Amino acid sequence: MTLELRVNGTTQRVDSAPDTPLIFVLRNELKLTGAKLGCGLEQCGACAVLVDGEVTLSCVSSVESFEGKNIVTVEGIGASELGRLVQDAFVDATAAQCGYCTSGLVVAVTGLLSAQPNPDRDTVREALAPHLCRCGSHPRVLRAVEIAAGGS
Amino acid sequence: MSLNAYPRIKDWLGVQDNRLVLSSGKVDIGQRISTALIQIAHEELSLPFDRIRVAPVRTGLAPDEGITSGSNSIEQSGRAIRLATATLRAHVVAEAVRKFGGRDADWSLENGALHGPGANAPVDLLSIASELDMSLPVDLDASLREQGVERVRAPMRGMRDLVVGSYKFIHDLDLPGLLHARVVRPPHAKARLLDISQKGRERVAEARLRLVQDGSFLALVGADEWQVIDAAAKLQNACSWSDQDGLDDGDVFSLLTQSNAQRFTIVDSKPSDADIPAELGRVDAQARFERPFTLHGSLAPSAAMAEFSGGLLRVHTHSQGIYALRESMADSLGMSLEDVELTHAPGPGCYGHNGADDAAFEAALIAQEIPDTPILLKWTRADEHAWEPFGTAMAVELGAELDTDGNVSAYSAEAISGTHRGRPRPGPNRAGPARLLANHFRTEPIGPAPAAPNRNRHGGMHRNLDPIYAFADKRLVKNLVDGLPHRTSALRCLGGAVNNFALESFMDELAYAQSRDPVEFRLAHLKDARGIAVLKHLQNLLAERAGEAEALSTGVAYAQYKNAMTRVAVAVEIAVTEEAEIQLERATIVADAGRVIDRAGLEAQLEGGFLQAASWALCEEVTWDRDGITSLDWDSYPVLRFDQVPRIHVHIIDQPNEPAVGAGEAAPGPTLAAIGNALFNATGLRMRRLPLTGDAIRRQALSM
Ligand code: FES
Ligand code: FES
Repeated sequence: MTLELRVNGTTQRVDSAPDTPLIFVLRNELKLTGAKLGCGLEQCGACAVLVDGEVTLSCVSSVESFEGKNIVTVEGIGASELGRLVQDAFVDATAAQCGYCTSGLVVAVTGLLSAQPNPDRDTVREALAPHLCRCGSHPRVLRAVEIAAGGS
Repeated sequence: MSLNAYPRIKDWLGVQDNRLVLSSGKVDIGQRISTALIQIAHEELSLPFDRIRVAPVRTGLAPDEGITSGSNSIEQSGRAIRLATATLRAHVVAEAVRKFGGRDADWSLENGALHGPGANAPVDLLSIASELDMSLPVDLDASLREQGVERVRAPMRGMRDLVVGSYKFIHDLDLPGLLHARVVRPPHAKARLLDISQKGRERVAEARLRLVQDGSFLALVGADEWQVIDAAAKLQNACSWSDQDGLDDGDVFSLLTQSNAQRFTIVDSKPSDADIPAELGRVDAQARFERPFTLHGSLAPSAAMAEFSGGLLRVHTHSQGIYALRESMADSLGMSLEDVELTHAPGPGCYGHNGADDAAFEAALIAQEIPDTPILLKWTRADEHAWEPFGTAMAVELGAELDTDGNVSAYSAEAISGTHRGRPRPGPNRAGPARLLANHFRTEPIGPAPAAPNRNRHGGMHRNLDPIYAFADKRLVKNLVDGLPHRTSALRCLGGAVNNFALESFMDELAYAQSRDPVEFRLAHLKDARGIAVLKHLQNLLAERAGEAEALSTGVAYAQYKNAMTRVAVAVEIAVTEEAEIQLERATIVADAGRVIDRAGLEAQLEGGFLQAASWALCEEVTWDRDGITSLDWDSYPVLRFDQVPRIHVHIIDQPNEPAVGAGEAAPGPTLAAIGNALFNATGLRMRRLPLTGDAIRRQALSM
């Protein structure tokens, strides 16, 4: 059975079993390895993508539930002006240490700022709470959000 | 050290495609050593950053620099690259003089090119370098290039790739014909496989998956990753396991006693064979501090890729020590060293010895059974939570005798813990193989290895056991307990985290018992001028803020990592919620790391150390029962999240005339104590066992 997925602006046919969680289809079939598997339990945020503009975890929900929706992965985030700003802000702030959390955070911050262009610090902290960073890069991620919000 | 074993320029540097290639045995484990090495080469040779690249770290190619652990990389690899590039510069200039004339001093370097008399146009440095004999020795006294005040910092290697999603972690490796693997684990470390049900085996065959088995080591392999994950979970239920007596689920802290331990007197910050010193004559104050088993908890579960082909085993791993791991793997597999090749691939931040080495060996075991096929093994979240070697549970018992002024005149400190050194390093009785997890479960099992004491200065549990304060008399004892219920190994700071938590909590207790100011009390015992300056700086910052934040309670602590590296004073301001939970509001960190080379990097290390320790202090604790580990995910093993992160203010005291020292492990110890001290300030509760969860705080409050 073939499904149609709209990813980063193009429609793709995928052959994975329909109950496969989205992340495995993105990473293995479409070779978009930007979304990371950190837990597979919707607990860490490493696998976040945008689905119709909403920050969505891709590690549990099956690929078939995403049919007809607009999926944007970190690879496609830079297609929007805001996404590019967020990416640049992460680079400017060196908002990573090992970087395993980075793609999920870039996606989450883009999603947040598109809904709320000027969030205060507590709003940002709340919005990013589903995302773990074990290296303690949080202050620089928060700084990156400030830079991106200031630039947008 | 590194340069003794690898004394030639070509051991460290090469020229390829008109770029300088740096070789190093140190690997990126989140501390970004490769960016630092590029920076150093740039400083000595003025080459643009994009003309410097770092060679893959592979056995047989890279210098063997032992284990990469946070704080020593720059001292070792950094020094070697610094001297090698400085030597190269001298040779290149000499060659330019020979070719074009003038004297050394007439030639200057800019943007990778030499300018000087006789040459019409700038001469490319690398094109001269590529004609030189790179087997010349590295000059240990090579003169270093003067650095301008405003240095250009190398951008973090891979940062741009990370934000666009193209950075390749080990998990992202892909090759034609690649198969995915998952291990099917026993319920706990003592369980062994009895049987796999017929139905279970049939399901594997129907799904056309491969089952690899060596004793109780089981793995499933297939082309479709999700199918393998799904089938592995089902196969687990089709297995029956002996559970022997299950795990020892008694109170682990009752096992942490002197009578259970191998004991060593610590003299000059290292274990000696001297007799255990007599107890203090008089004990005016004493307390015991404890920390539970703690995860490294890397954000990505461990992974490895292995391929066995034509008698050769090639493995990609995020291990911190590819040479030691290669030896232990070759020994385990009965292969010769030359037939095993390990290449480092980027992994998540590891904070010590996590599951990386074990995953590499497991991938190799699987690859051996399915030759000519790349095998990508990933651990699951539950694998990592249950099977990585934990940071050991530890206790520290302190005692003090006070003089008539209330100052400490005699001090006793005893650290008691399992081992902090579980890395698969080769050693007697096949110690390396015995420390690889899968070997415990094979048909012919090897290990587990008994704990062996770390005898280095500030090694293992006695790191920072020696107090930084000038106590007239002190007795220091290390107590190594073997046979704790879980496998343990190196976790960031080793014993230093708990030793500093203990000492700095104890100093606070002593000060409050005498109604003395806790900072003044510390200053009364500190003789090191730079340490005093750090504490006074913090004191001034707090004084400026006095009255500004009345609802908050402050806790302070001080430490110098290994009594020799970065000095750090931490103040933490907290509020305590109605649920008795600690809310971190603000942290102030004052640090002296010698000469400041990279201020932003230094701040990031201090912040990172603070936040990891804040997570240890507030959240982290491995739990288990007889049937296995029960803290198997981020809900049952919570860690610090964004909404718990305070504002952090870092103040760095630059010491332009002092050597730069590592800061990556400097902040955690004092952070633990500062949080505990703030809690005491807020509630009057002195909590001596981590973590300081709302539950634990409520329990202690009720028991008073
Ligand atoms: S991998 Fe999806 S939330 Fe962790
Ligand atoms: S930078 Fe390593 S987990 Fe965030």
